[in-house]
Amino acid sequence: MHIDIHTGLDSPKGNWWKPAHRAEKTWVVIAFAWCMVLFAMMPLWHWKGGQNPSGIRRRVEPGEFYKRTLEFSAQYKVGEDRGMPIVAPPPGSDVYLTAMAFQWTPILKLQKGKEYILHLSSLDVNHGFSLYPININFQVVPGYDYGLRVTPNASGDFRIICNEFCGIGHHTMVGRVIVEDPPAAPAAPVATTGGIQ
Amino acid sequence: MTGPVPASAIGPATDVAAGTRFNVCAFTGRRLDEVALRLVRWNAVTSIVALLIGAIAAVLIVLTRWQAVHLLPAIWFYRILGVHGMSMLIFFIIFFEMAVLHFASTALLNARNVAPKISWIAYGLMLLGALMVEYLMWAGKADVLFTSYVPLRAHPLYYLGIILFAVGALIVTGVFFANLRMAKRERTYEGSMPLVVYGAMTAAIIAVITLVHGAMIYIPTFLWSLGLMEVDPQVYRMIWWALGHSSQQINVAAMVAIWYMLGALTVGAVVLNEKISRSAFVLYILFISMASAHHLLVDPGMGSAWKVVNTSYFMYMAVLASLLHGFTVPAGMELGMRLRGYTNGMFDWLRRAPWGDPGFSSLVLSVVVFGFIGGITGVTIGTEQINIIVHNTLRSPGHFHATVVSGTAMAFMGATYYLIPLVFRKKVALWGLAKLQPYIFAGGMVIFTISMTFAGTFGVPRRHWDISFSQAPFDVAFNPAVDIFLALVALGGITAATGAFIFIAIAVKSVFFGEPIGQVTPNTHMRGVPQGLTHPPKHSADVAERWEKMHGPESGFMGPAPGTLVLVFVFLAAFILYFFVNWKVLSFVWRIG
Ligand code: HEM
Ligand SMILES: [Cu+2]
Ligand SMILES: [Cu+2]
Repeated sequence: MHIDIHTGLDSPKGNWWKPAHRAEKTWVVIAFAWCMVLFAMMPLWHWKGGQNPSGIRRRVEPGEFYKRTLEFSAQYKVGEDRGMPIVAPPPGSDVYLTAMAFQWTPILKLQKGKEYILHLSSLDVNHGFSLYPININFQVVPGYDYGLRVTPNASGDFRIICNEFCGIGHHTMVGRVIVEDPPAAPAAPVATTGGIQ
Repeated sequence: MTGPVPASAIGPATDVAAGTRFNVCAFTGRRLDEVALRLVRWNAVTSIVALLIGAIAAVLIVLTRWQAVHLLPAIWFYRILGVHGMSMLIFFIIFFEMAVLHFASTALLNARNVAPKISWIAYGLMLLGALMVEYLMWAGKADVLFTSYVPLRAHPLYYLGIILFAVGALIVTGVFFANLRMAKRERTYEGSMPLVVYGAMTAAIIAVITLVHGAMIYIPTFLWSLGLMEVDPQVYRMIWWALGHSSQQINVAAMVAIWYMLGALTVGAVVLNEKISRSAFVLYILFISMASAHHLLVDPGMGSAWKVVNTSYFMYMAVLASLLHGFTVPAGMELGMRLRGYTNGMFDWLRRAPWGDPGFSSLVLSVVVFGFIGGITGVTIGTEQINIIVHNTLRSPGHFHATVVSGTAMAFMGATYYLIPLVFRKKVALWGLAKLQPYIFAGGMVIFTISMTFAGTFGVPRRHWDISFSQAPFDVAFNPAVDIFLALVALGGITAATGAFIFIAIAVKSVFFGEPIGQVTPNTHMRGVPQGLTHPPKHSADVAERWEKMHGPESGFMGPAPGTLVLVFVFLAAFILYFFVNWKVLSFVWRIG
């Protein structure tokens, strides 16, 4: 076989479609197999895993969504903090959270181990939902309702940080989520912590 | 059969266009078109000016994010962050790529620029666009960061400036293809085009696709800013990222082409197998339009099936391409060294490589940091579900400063150390510093990117002026470790920025006040000229025999590049570990779906 030893700066002469060495071929096969694993993990996690960004997604008129949020707040309001309603919806219900420059409204009070459908949307520009310190992050886009089924797995006083630049007051945009242990039901089914069961 | 750098390869039909316009390269004997070289010089210099602006901005923002210093007021932080993103990612990188396109389509093929006038008009458009954008950003008329997500609104001329810049860049890709055609027609080279040019062509093809997406988004947005039409925020994000991420694929293709070029120049790296390297470039092109998806993994506008298929570029075929280059580039270097006689053991070729040649050290650092930090983090955080614990945290800039900065920018800097003598015909000034510069820049970036990634795992947001939340209605108390990581981000960032400033000083001093090269005596050291030019890497005389033996059965399974094979398996192990650790971390957060 004629060998044409050359660098990447030289023109290969003649037909360069030549078989590769076994070592190189092996790497191609292993790299390909790894790519398939990378890919397979995503459908697998949808099937078996506990954290997926699927959600119930639909378009919504921003004003409409905000109105829905206000109704929801009035319906389940249990208190107030710094003028902001604290809202405690029943487990299993639809929960509405509106982002606007520069606040998250309302304050949510949820129960540990119970599922809710958390609807996120924005009244004005893009915002970023970042639940602190859990570190769950979603993009909040005006005109779109992102309904995520969430199940808190620990009680505590959480924050929502805005992590999408939304204007000059972006860094002041912090919301609040309170998670409590379910009331007087010691035998209640313990929440799974997620992950592959 | 030629050596690594052909002594002379002037094609048969070149006399047709001969005239005072052409010169012969003192080092490689290639025919050089002065018109093309002037374009290379202007684009490269403009690029470096943009780098200077971007690097000054980098210091200011890094010192603001370090809460202990907190330098800028809020409004200036966001403004300067926009300046940094635009000046670096768009102006520095793309002007340099224009220089690469002009260089690859002429000097590397012994060919000429077929449309000098149009090339200058294109340059003018790009410069005008860039100046408009810079002015509006500094004047506070475009406080929208470089992504300008609608409905955040900038001055209409900001969008127009970007359109002008993009039109200019599109014209340059047109000139690039015209140059290639003419080179083929005039037979300035024999056989197929060299792999490096093939890589540059890949970058140019992707650039065309990218710029079409750019037109699709910036023209409507320009009209929207004038109140003439509506733009949906989610559609904006999708098409903007078809531009924004595809352009990163231009950077990757250009970077890999430069890897092959620097390998050839510094250690006589050979092409292991043209079929594999070229097929890998084709894979980059095929799936490129899907690239926007990994920015939209936790967006409400698209469903999971779309996200899974697209974020993986149809089952990770572009990742496969990078995994292939990640093997063939170092393996080509290893084999090149072995063919030159460095055959001892597994890693003698690495130990005895020219580590004091800034072209070589930049190459190696670019490959290693791009692969081990940029690549591994990128694929992991671009996984649909893992993105939930990553999106818009500091993990994201932590990742891309390991790709486009430590990878692409580092490779461009390494190439510059060779372009200064080859294209500007000057010695590299401040040579002692030049030898250190790649280590300073990459060292700083390694600390910077890793610390940013760790800070991000605590949920520290990107693009954020004050994570002490002193003006927020509710307190947020980050883990004290975050303070340490942000201090390290500052330390690494300042170190890297120092590396960038040293690079700029070297480039400016060499180009404008540098010592001309003058007479070249082969195989004689010349201070300020990288050893790859003074001592072109020559393969030993019995190279064909050696090649045969290394590929034959006596070399066993490990084949001609056993050291590289070991290294890529170390890489794969790190990749697998990081990937699954992230799934594990994800499994601890709230159930969500
Ligand atoms: C010279 C050393 C550099 C340093 C110290 C540096 C530092 C930083 C910092 C601190 C941020 C802000 C992170 C945040 O708050 O969200 C940032 C963002 C960014 N950097 Fe760099 N950087 C450097 C070089 C580069 C280069 C060479 C490029 C491009 C080629 C680049 C592209 C970007 C982009 C695109 C952003 C995002 C801007 C945004 O979020 O709007 N950087 N950089
Ligand atoms: Cu916000
Ligand atoms: Cu914000």
